[in-house]
Amino acid sequence: MALTYDDVIAKYEPVLGLEVHVELGTESKMFCGCNTVFGAEPNTQTCPICLGLPGSLPVVNAKAIEYTIAIGLALNCSIAPYSRFARKNYFYPDMPKNFQTSQYDEPICINGYLDVTVDTEGGPREFRIEIERVHMEEDTGKSLHMGGSTGRIHGADYSLLDYNRAGIPLVEIVTKVVTGTGKYAPEVARAYVSELRDILRGLGVSDVKMEQGSLRCDANVSLRLIGADKLGTRSETKNVNSLRSVERAVRGEMIRHAELLNKGERVIQETRHFHEDTGLTTPGRSKEQAEDYRYFPEPDLVPVAPSAELIEKIRATLPEKPSVRRKKLQEAWQVPDKEMAAMINADVLDLVEATVKLGADPTRARGWWLGEIARIANERGIGAAEMPITPADVAEVVSLITSGELTDKLARQVIEGVINGEGRPAEIIEKRGIKVVSDDSALMAAIEKAIAAQPDVAEKVRNGHVPAAGALIGAVMKETKGQADAAKVRELLLKHLGQA
Amino acid sequence: MSNISRDDVANLAKLARIDLSEDELNHLSKELSVILDAVARVQEVASADVPPTSHPLPLQNVFRVDEVRPSLTPSEALSGAPAQEEQRFKVPQILGEEQ
Amino acid sequence: MIKNSAVEMAKALSSNEISSVELTQAHLDQISKVDTDVHAFLHVDSEGALAQARDVDARRKAGEKLAPLAGVPLALKDVLVQKGIPTTCGSKMLEGWRPPYDSTVVSRLKDNGIIILGKTNMDEFAMGSSTENSAYGPTHNPWDLARIPGGSGGGSSAALAAFEAPLAIGTDTGGSIRQPAAVTGTVGVKPTYGGVSRYGLVAFSSSLDQAGPCARTVLDAAYLHEAIGGYDRMDSTSINAPIPPVVEAAKNGNVKGMTIGVIKELQGDGYQPGVLKLFNQSLELLASLGAEIVEVSCKYFDYALAAYYLIAPSECSSNLARFDAMRYGIRVGEGSAEEVMSATRQQGFGREVKRRIILGTYALSSGYYDAYYGSAQKVRTLISRDFEAAFAKADVLVSPTAPTTAFKIGEKANDPIAMYLNDIATIPTNLAGIGGMSIPSGLAEEDGLPAGFQIMAPAMKDDRMYQVGSALEAALLSKWGKPILDNAPSLGAR
Repeated sequence: MALTYDDVIAKYEPVLGLEVHVELGTESKMFCGCNTVFGAEPNTQTCPICLGLPGSLPVVNAKAIEYTIAIGLALNCSIAPYSRFARKNYFYPDMPKNFQTSQYDEPICINGYLDVTVDTEGGPREFRIEIERVHMEEDTGKSLHMGGSTGRIHGADYSLLDYNRAGIPLVEIVTKVVTGTGKYAPEVARAYVSELRDILRGLGVSDVKMEQGSLRCDANVSLRLIGADKLGTRSETKNVNSLRSVERAVRGEMIRHAELLNKGERVIQETRHFHEDTGLTTPGRSKEQAEDYRYFPEPDLVPVAPSAELIEKIRATLPEKPSVRRKKLQEAWQVPDKEMAAMINADVLDLVEATVKLGADPTRARGWWLGEIARIANERGIGAAEMPITPADVAEVVSLITSGELTDKLARQVIEGVINGEGRPAEIIEKRGIKVVSDDSALMAAIEKAIAAQPDVAEKVRNGHVPAAGALIGAVMKETKGQADAAKVRELLLKHLGQA
Repeated sequence: MSNISRDDVANLAKLARIDLSEDELNHLSKELSVILDAVARVQEVASADVPPTSHPLPLQNVFRVDEVRPSLTPSEALSGAPAQEEQRFKVPQILGEEQ
Repeated sequence: MIKNSAVEMAKALSSNEISSVELTQAHLDQISKVDTDVHAFLHVDSEGALAQARDVDARRKAGEKLAPLAGVPLALKDVLVQKGIPTTCGSKMLEGWRPPYDSTVVSRLKDNGIIILGKTNMDEFAMGSSTENSAYGPTHNPWDLARIPGGSGGGSSAALAAFEAPLAIGTDTGGSIRQPAAVTGTVGVKPTYGGVSRYGLVAFSSSLDQAGPCARTVLDAAYLHEAIGGYDRMDSTSINAPIPPVVEAAKNGNVKGMTIGVIKELQGDGYQPGVLKLFNQSLELLASLGAEIVEVSCKYFDYALAAYYLIAPSECSSNLARFDAMRYGIRVGEGSAEEVMSATRQQGFGREVKRRIILGTYALSSGYYDAYYGSAQKVRTLISRDFEAAFAKADVLVSPTAPTTAFKIGEKANDPIAMYLNDIATIPTNLAGIGGMSIPSGLAEEDGLPAGFQIMAPAMKDDRMYQVGSALEAALLSKWGKPILDNAPSLGAR
């Protein structure tokens, strides 16, 4: 019998470890001057250094150092006065040197934290995620696995390697062991990655697109009996490509571990692959016999010792923290906590802010993004930010509602039109002939027509049965093809029937 | 006497991706044991208060400006490739998982 | 003409006595004549060399100002990449590989108008002291073809001794320039680490490797040193400071008032008596020239060999991992990528290379790092401190370059430790990163074969080596009445 999540958390408590890799948005690669632009023709952005040709040597990208320090500062880390690169030795065809130039026991940033807020039964709750380290490394090339049926590595006949991405600067952010999340582990994990993403975006150090791989998350999960001291065996889940997947992967792994443990079976320490379609993980390479990476200090590079001046200079350029910014917005818009949380969850806060900046009323802006647009985005399985509608569009619609040129109902038609690709709001209004009928005489004509068609209903209203007016209002709306302002119609109708 | 067994050598050969012959495994086991004996004397003087040297020069903070420089052409990049297809390096079936 | 020094050749070129094409051709002819016996070269680029020579001649004719060594030919150790020219590093692994780029050393040689005749033989991936580890057969010492020319850069030094080139480039990780120089009666210099760019130098042990000038005279080496040395932004370990004034020092060789420190630990047992005798005679000569000779003790040098044979294999085990049949080099074997990798590395690497890779893999493994690699790095610190203390008492430090003269090919091939002992006097300089030079000290009594006198200077004070070396060289020349190489048998007589 399959366990439910509730079953799991009744007996076990989860322990998390999150590793996030970020591709830095520098112009050139970590150790050479090759271009970093995404999507180029294969092997057009390589050189002796990133190809690892015999005799080649790395030289560190100064901007990558600055970006990494900025990330460390934004995460409340200490910046190491002295840090070094190290070689992580293992063989794999996507790694030209068969070692990765990374950092080992002397990373550039250590001991930070990130506070995240999660919506719980008892209201919003804050969790502090402690960060072990932030360090620099280089990305690998990309392989295409050919000949098999799935394009995955299993069953492939051969592989084709493109080294354009080899050497792209990466920053790895590793949390300390995260305990005390209880049943909210999946949400905490998601909130952590989401908040981290916001910070990184705000710093301008990466375009942090999970779908494109510029932000990658590996989730480590283990379970232990509630109240136990010793940590359970963990599994590491890779290929988690969206915020939603982070949450699902953690929840899924918790259930999987619990099922094994309940049966008296052992959790294997291994790397697992997350599958978007099923929400489940499958095993990858077993980590029972961990590869010995034989780390040693990189002899081709010299230590990095950032001066206090440099660190302060970077600190001074840090933008406002997302949490601070959010508090300011919340106050300015007078939004209750639950709504703030909803906007963050639906990932529409930036969009709402942009819409408000263009002059829209915050409440209306929020209403559209959280309502109609988020709903359709969800249906389509994409993020609100990817919907083909912009803050400018929404701001325009809101301003038309405010000026009375659109009713809510008509506005919905316009929004739908924009989403369906019919053009911008003004174009749609023109094309579809959407127009609020606010001309009193036109309205009166329709009202009189409706009264004439339903005299008995009109009589009811005259006699004080106001709710009956609904049928008449409906008829007027139908007559005007929905383009009348329903509130105005009601006002005129009731007045006409002596009930105003 | 340092003892590197034939099996030890076999494990190291695996880590180093060299398909050593049985003969070589046995020979190396003997040779390396002798060499390790000779080099192990570094431990005699490597006390805790001596810092290690990884760089002979006291250099620090050597960086380059973040600017794009010309890359190799694809044909130059692939010029040494034992096999290629569609402007990519063609390699046999990879069994292991990416790290 | 081919027996002249590079400086003499440069003079003849600039006074139009001879063209670079003629000079280059003369050397190509010599190579044809003797290299079947010597086997210094793995690849001779006649076409390319003559084209370079024509270009220099044209530019000279047009009145262009040329670098001091423009038009003079040179032999390049096959561990440095040269674009479009086969670069094998003495290994089967890179058979047929033509790099798509030039090393900085090669770029600078080309900028200087120096003619690259071809690539010289070496121990595979620079690992060895005899050039017997070359996958393409050993090089033979021009002094006695049955003997080794030293290693790993035996090809470069043999080419000089056989008059196949007046200049050569070598690389030195534990003595690979200096020891061959010693056993072939030529001059070889390992600059201060970071003094010459390593970009394009196929790495053996990254924190020890250094390219350097080889020649038949100290002044030639100095000019070559200035041509290739200096800061390179492509090498993070490159020294960002002007090259020490080595040419000036070589022109003004003078030891009057200098203190010369003799390292106690680098003589005695294990050193061939004839070699020691020559060393002491050179010391007497230096004293007679006005130098003060003092003895210094560097007690941690006894651990240098051990530290080296942990650090170098460790770094090389990582540096050579890139040779995996995926992107360049040979590919053998069937099956998966992993199987092809392992089969290729098995066949592509020779015995010594495999030995060092396995040793290095062990020394870096988890559980053993502290005891081996970690400890070796500490010994390195101790050796640097020894040098520091010694340089407080002397301007330069000296020793015999190598413990013996050239041994017979095959004699030590099966005894790795005996082979490693060839580097016992040269290794400390690499560990500390300071400069070291070897000049001929004479012919040993026992066998009439050349031995070398080693001069070491503090980091970045390479000029001192040239100053002392030049003075000693002149005094020895005066004593001998003729250059040492005049005693070498003539080759190619068939």
